[in-house]
Amino acid sequence: MSGEAILSLRDLRVWYGTEGDPVRAVDGVSLEIRSGETLGLVGESGCGKSTLGRGVLGLLPESAAVAGQVRFRGRDLVGVPPKEMRALRGPELGLIFQEPMTRLDPLMTIEGHFLETLEAHEPELDGAEMRRRSLESLAGMGIPPTRFKQYPHEFSGGMRQRIMIALALVLNPKLVIADEPTTALDVIVEAQILGILADLRESFDTALLLITHNLGIVAESCNRVAVMYAGQIVEEGEARQVFAQPAHPYTRELLRSTISLSTTGLHYIPGAPPNLIDPPPACRFHPRCPNAMRVCAERDPIEVALGPRATEAGAGSHPRDRVSCWLHGPGSEVPPGGTEPLKRGEIAIAEEA
Amino acid sequence: MANAPLLEVRDLKTRFSLRGSFLDRLRGREAGAVKAVDGVSFELRRGEVLGVVGESGSGKTTLGRTLLGLVAASEGSIKLEGSEIAGIGERRFRSLRRRLQIVFQDPHASLNPAMTIGASVGDPLTFHGVTSDPQAIRRSVAEALERVGLVPAAQFMDKYPGDLSGGQKQRAVLARAIILNPDLLIADEPVSMLDMSVRAKILELMMDLKDELDLTYVYITHDLATAKFLCDRIAIMYLGKIVELGPSKEIYENPRHPYTIALLKAIPEPDPTQSVPRDLPRGEVPDAVAPPLGCPFHPRCPQAFEVCGWESRDLRTLLEDRWTRLPEEEYEAERKLIGELGSLDATATVARLEAAPGHGGELALEVLERMRAEAPDDPFWRGVAETRVEARQVVVRFHEGLEPRDVEVGSTRLQCHLYDDEALAQAKQAAASRA
Repeated sequence: MSGEAILSLRDLRVWYGTEGDPVRAVDGVSLEIRSGETLGLVGESGCGKSTLGRGVLGLLPESAAVAGQVRFRGRDLVGVPPKEMRALRGPELGLIFQEPMTRLDPLMTIEGHFLETLEAHEPELDGAEMRRRSLESLAGMGIPPTRFKQYPHEFSGGMRQRIMIALALVLNPKLVIADEPTTALDVIVEAQILGILADLRESFDTALLLITHNLGIVAESCNRVAVMYAGQIVEEGEARQVFAQPAHPYTRELLRSTISLSTTGLHYIPGAPPNLIDPPPACRFHPRCPNAMRVCAERDPIEVALGPRATEAGAGSHPRDRVSCWLHGPGSEVPPGGTEPLKRGEIAIAEEA
Repeated sequence: MANAPLLEVRDLKTRFSLRGSFLDRLRGREAGAVKAVDGVSFELRRGEVLGVVGESGSGKTTLGRTLLGLVAASEGSIKLEGSEIAGIGERRFRSLRRRLQIVFQDPHASLNPAMTIGASVGDPLTFHGVTSDPQAIRRSVAEALERVGLVPAAQFMDKYPGDLSGGQKQRAVLARAIILNPDLLIADEPVSMLDMSVRAKILELMMDLKDELDLTYVYITHDLATAKFLCDRIAIMYLGKIVELGPSKEIYENPRHPYTIALLKAIPEPDPTQSVPRDLPRGEVPDAVAPPLGCPFHPRCPQAFEVCGWESRDLRTLLEDRWTRLPEEEYEAERKLIGELGSLDATATVARLEAAPGHGGELALEVLERMRAEAPDDPFWRGVAETRVEARQVVVRFHEGLEPRDVEVGSTRLQCHLYDDEALAQAKQAAASRA
């Protein structure tokens, strides 16, 4: 079903503030996106999701340091000079941000935006072809061809976000990274755009990394999901599978705290994500985990493969459907008495978010 | 307690006048006004939670601000325990604000970053002249912080907003809102900027505060999922009007207005076994400067019919929607037959579609007929009374539209012609005249 790996991260680490104690925003992430896949990256604020997206795009501030590997179509992007990264962003790596208003030039027509983009990256195209490509991309997002020569202010917020997506797709990038693309939009417009994103892999040959804190959005528009906590991926799998049977307690608690119409009671995760200067030892979720065992506070969890593909390791050493939680073993690594429930004090509300 | 409702709102209107362009002003032309709140009526009983739900541009935030006197009401009445508070002026309103408080969406913007949490939360005490004794203020602040779960209070009092998480900041904002022991709290999207994992905590806190302090809430939100947990009754707003108002149970189990149904269908569902098909309404909330004729929802409504207020602009939307979906060559071919679409932008019940220069209206009419043949069930065609060619134009005349009025159905009140017998009768007549 899915093709070759477009993007594969190997042990990616990003930390901020190299003087003093660094903030380890991304701490050893390995992840793969194949062509035609839409991967949702979820977690609470402060878990490193956006940093991960920016790390892939080479958009981190200068104070950030990066280690590990970001292989994009066979090439390692870590350490690529900014100028070369700029040339990759657009035609190879598309990006969609949260606030479309601030990303369009108010003095330029929609036509101007598209022509500028195409002229910069595909100067060999003639005018008619540029126009054809632009209109095709806009139509895919539901923007009528009759409005090609209008200015950004003549469009509603939802239409501007569609224009931004069309502008990202007109160059046929192999991978699009969308960071909370619908957070600023109304519910109905959000649902319309999620429908479009879900169709993306059918209508365009583009892989999508969708970063969001809303699990409902991932369920609606992604075929795979990776759950991030305190800078690490704790679970990854096929979206329907993960949402139906979450393996990691964090995933389960996130799902329970997502308020939707089928929610029957309010639920939340006690405490807050840890600061990433000095995260809790062993499993980083253990202080908030309702299932915490003694081993969880003593040893780093080991990633185990999940589901029918458990025996068939992924392209590299990392299985694709996986979880890092002692509930799933491996049992041989658990010290004697390690599975006893962890004794601990109550979490003070003061620690809560 | 008194039988009179805490708050009684009758036919409330809030208008913002438009400045218009420089030329308009030179010519002395009126620029018009936006009817942000356009004839809203409801009652709020003490201890009740009323949800005001709608998308951006629905007027829900303006309604909240008008209730608090932060925006002046243009018309209508707001009675607080029987006495009129609309238009009483800022000076008299100030003393009322001890009883009416508001919590905004963005907790980061609601707290002064240079003030400690203690100073921010205690500020209303000095501002309203309750006390200026530092010891008394400190005691009240500590009590308020404890109520919202920021304990130990002493530890939070000297912190700055920057030291707090989003959820903690919203708790501090709630502490400031309750410190004067208000009667009514207007909460404008209090959880929509917070992480999913925190939202439930703040909602739960709000429910606890309501019980402990005998509060009454107006909960303003775009999200029917969170409103479900908090609200006794729900008012659905669209372009300044309450289009459906009823007990929560009724709204969720038996939504009647097509807009309410659309809002409910749009909520993302994480449980794969619970997800529903999304036949979403087309388009977005129209510009409130020139709202649609008749029912404001009619251009997006899947159930709109003869009397819903069809107009010229709807033809433009339909044409553009079609052209967006046509293959390029077919679009280019059709586009050549039709002139500028600007003539359709008038707010009129007769549409005049220009043929392209050098063409007669017949070819443009053919386009319309093809559209109708390809999508005969589009609600638009129910609104069309007559199409004819007039020189180089296609004239499309629509059935006469009706303004929706309040109708009572069961325990809900709504503005929708589908539930109005007179509108249905008139539509039947219109359909017969067309046949």
